[in-house]
Amino acid sequence: MRFVDEFRQPELITKAAEEIRRLADPNRHYRLMEVCGGHTHAIYRFGIKDLLPSNIELIHGPGCPVCVLPMGRIDDGLSMTEKPGVIFTAFGDMMRVPGTHGSPLEYKARGRDVRIVYSPMDALKLAQANPERHVAFFAIGFETTAPSTARTLMRARVLGIRNFSVFCNHVTIIPAIRAILDSPDMRLDAFIGPGHVSTVIGCRPYEWIAANEHKPIVVSGFEPVDILQSVVMILRQLREGRAEVENQYKRVVPWEGNGAALRAMAEVFQLRPYFEWRGLGFISQSALRIRDEYADWDAEQVFSVPGLRVTDPKAAQCGEVLKGVLKPAQCKLFGKECTPDYPIGALMVSSEGSCAAFYNYEHRKAVVAAAAE
Amino acid sequence: MCLAIPGKIVELVAGNPDLAVVDVSGVRRTIDTGLLADEPAVPGDWVLIHVGFAMSKISERDALDQMQTLADLGEHEAALEEVQGYGVLEENKGGP
Amino acid sequence: MTAKPESVPKIRFRDPQIELAHGAGGKASRRLIEGLFAPLLIGPLEEPLGDASHFSVNGSRLAITADSFVVKPLTFPGGSIGELAVNGTVNDLAVSGARAEVLVVTFVLEAGLPTDILEAEVRAMAGAAQRAGVRIVGGDTKVVENGKADRMYITTAGIGQTIPNVHISPKSVRPGDQVLLSGPIGDHGITILLARGELDLEADLRSDTRSVLPMVEALAEAAAPGLRWMRDPTRGGVATALNELARDCGLAVHLREEWIPLHDAVRGACELLGLDPLHIANEGQCLAVVAPEFADRALAALQGISSEAAVIGEIRSTPAATVVATSTYGGTRIVDMLVGDPLPRIC
Repeated sequence: MRFVDEFRQPELITKAAEEIRRLADPNRHYRLMEVCGGHTHAIYRFGIKDLLPSNIELIHGPGCPVCVLPMGRIDDGLSMTEKPGVIFTAFGDMMRVPGTHGSPLEYKARGRDVRIVYSPMDALKLAQANPERHVAFFAIGFETTAPSTARTLMRARVLGIRNFSVFCNHVTIIPAIRAILDSPDMRLDAFIGPGHVSTVIGCRPYEWIAANEHKPIVVSGFEPVDILQSVVMILRQLREGRAEVENQYKRVVPWEGNGAALRAMAEVFQLRPYFEWRGLGFISQSALRIRDEYADWDAEQVFSVPGLRVTDPKAAQCGEVLKGVLKPAQCKLFGKECTPDYPIGALMVSSEGSCAAFYNYEHRKAVVAAAAE
Repeated sequence: MCLAIPGKIVELVAGNPDLAVVDVSGVRRTIDTGLLADEPAVPGDWVLIHVGFAMSKISERDALDQMQTLADLGEHEAALEEVQGYGVLEENKGGP
Repeated sequence: MTAKPESVPKIRFRDPQIELAHGAGGKASRRLIEGLFAPLLIGPLEEPLGDASHFSVNGSRLAITADSFVVKPLTFPGGSIGELAVNGTVNDLAVSGARAEVLVVTFVLEAGLPTDILEAEVRAMAGAAQRAGVRIVGGDTKVVENGKADRMYITTAGIGQTIPNVHISPKSVRPGDQVLLSGPIGDHGITILLARGELDLEADLRSDTRSVLPMVEALAEAAAPGLRWMRDPTRGGVATALNELARDCGLAVHLREEWIPLHDAVRGACELLGLDPLHIANEGQCLAVVAPEFADRALAALQGISSEAAVIGEIRSTPAATVVATSTYGGTRIVDMLVGDPLPRIC
């Protein structure tokens, strides 16, 4: 596969790993946070940790849009399936996330019309093909995905498709990073910056991290070569006492971002004054809602959702794991009450949630090693 | 977040300037290219695809540059070590 | 294998109701089978449950198995439910070390099903049975109300004779044994996913449904003394089949990612949708574990029938009961069993 395989070449990976070893100060313990859930998944999938020296620790950040959704929002979305004639659509990532009365997949098994879509445009096409039904689309994602939802709504309006609405749960990345840095428990040296969010927002929004917080941030691609090269760039900055925003993912990320995408978002969305993030609490100006001009396509207006706050079980430590304060295995419920088969929190359901990724790729190694002792 | 995959534009959809057919390793899908309005893509271009939308054009030049930087890594170090062996340069320890 | 009358079978299945995941072939399915069905129907298991059960009648060693087929859409590139129904049971018998002799078929049909669709499937079954060298000798039909059977459900049960000199068991697997795979993975599952039309993807892919008996017979002829274990990796994919092996033998299965045969389009679809090819169903492939001194012969025998057959890994002692995959550059990851059906993701 072009533009994929080149960045998985063993020779380049070896070179990058050697350079990391050369640059890493053996007397120092490095704590690098990868913000984005996609990077978390890639790190496990490609076994990146095997390639890093033991004094470089990768901390998983909160960039998993499924993981940060409070359970009450899932319940709100699923409440829409109660209205007759509704087709509830969502990305596959949402399907196993538990609400209070079950996950979307469980609702489907009980006979509600719940369907997976790959694209919000497919949900809109479903509405066009089924004029007597109403299609509700559960929109999630950071700024990577929001422009696509925006364009879909613009299209719905232009075409006059009235039997379609979007339940908007888009969140923004900068407030999440700010919450991490503001957290007293957090000690980080640098960030591996989100790659695909940056194709939309560019690299400028991270400048305060370097300027005010004095932490290097390298916007990174998702292949093994990309992630390792980003670590090289971070180590160079730390070694030279620099704190800058750098773009490792140049082949795809424009420094100024994507104007058309930002315009689409501005046309359709505005910031909510505040939004609750699972594990991080209420954060102001951190999520998007649909503008009044598009109210007819806003599922929160079309449906009356319960809007209840559902708190996580006390024992679940999703918040601390989300912030990187605890490792997944340190949560009391990890691997016992909370497993991918019986998930309690979203970090265990979403394939890029730290707990699921750790469980699926790492946990067994640790259990087996412990049993062998 | 954000699973996005490189794909090659193989044809534009007639009658709709915002739609194109993209090929990913032999798998084809119609995608929306509206987010590339500022630099429209044409057949033969490689784009990054996320949830059925093209997010960005992929720069082959930047990709090659990046790989070259990495490929040079070993040579750069070897050159540096050679020069250091002459005692000409003090190795930069860096950092305050 | 009957339960002692005085013992109370322990039901370890604690799910309050049946969910779709319980039929997907992964962990949830195993919980149901081992936690509810086996304790009540079979009793204490002396051997792990395999694809078919072997038993003796008057000195003849026979094998029996059954399988049900629920697939949407009914037809897809490369085959249809009818072919799956025949090949699936023939294959379960084959990888247990038996040659299918006869099948019986039951149909559960939805009222309103057009006859020409039924006829097409019956023809498909007849063709598949002929190609597989098995006779269909009887069956049953039920018709249920419209909306209750996804058009049609088919169950086939088959009986076969064990293949001489083939003695396979997870317990005979040893460190150093080689893991062989007959061909590219994921073709069937991705074909079905695309055929459903919900994801709007097109690719030149076909289901790989076929009888694997010729491969099994070739393996038996070339390498019977060294043949330790076989499986056809259907729902849940190669990952699930190998995890079952690892669990049953207590050893480790070490895979080399770059040795696993994969068609470009399957790879493309999996990358696009965020799926792992190791979790995708196959309907015409065979996994075999072979002693190292027989591996070359076994591979040559497989390649004679399926040119893309390859060695994909080996058995080691650690980490116990685990499947590990290594990439070309030394990164490792644990390959786990599937939970439920593989779902596309965007994150």
